[in-house]
Amino acid sequence: MPIDARDIEALIRASFPQAKITVQGDDGQHFAAEVVDESFRGMNRVQQQRAVYAALKGKMDGAHGELHALALTTRAPE
Amino acid sequence: MSAQDQIKDTVEKNDVVLFMKGTKMMPQCGFSSRVAGVLNYMGVEFADVNVLADAEIRQGIKDYSDWPTIPQLYVKGEFIGGCDIVTEMTLSGELDALFEAKGVAFDKDAANKIREANAS
Repeated sequence: MPIDARDIEALIRASFPQAKITVQGDDGQHFAAEVVDESFRGMNRVQQQRAVYAALKGKMDGAHGELHALALTTRAPE
Repeated sequence: MSAQDQIKDTVEKNDVVLFMKGTKMMPQCGFSSRVAGVLNYMGVEFADVNVLADAEIRQGIKDYSDWPTIPQLYVKGEFIGGCDIVTEMTLSGELDALFEAKGVAFDKDAANKIREANAS
């Protein structure tokens, strides 16, 4: 059952309840997500994105590649 | 030598290392191809490690950096990021600043051309 944008948003939302999350992608494999959250303030990009990947635990580059590629941008709100 | 030791050895012995799918001349994934392409275009000397050739390295690198995706860029032993971060840093000029700070040679004009080409 390929993963879809709503699944990704829900996975991220679970770890970032107040974040502004936008997820695009409808081929079931390649997605683009932007996550804007206060918790990122003061973190560098690697730390921010690690936190988001942790929220997607196990779904990234899975054995049968459910989520082959997620283009991710993260930042703290201006 | 374990995968972790091999990885540590590689990132410590080479100023710039790109763990990627395929090789710098024959990338086999769009994201790896983009990062390798930026480094090639900017004339940066780097060691490319084809994770498709070694399943232990492919998994080992993800544990080493606690980062689930490939490609992964290392400069002077430090994990810089994957395709998204390197792309953002290229466009913002942070990659130039990083190379300058770490004494890594690159072609400034080429970097500027990338930014001009991407100026929307």
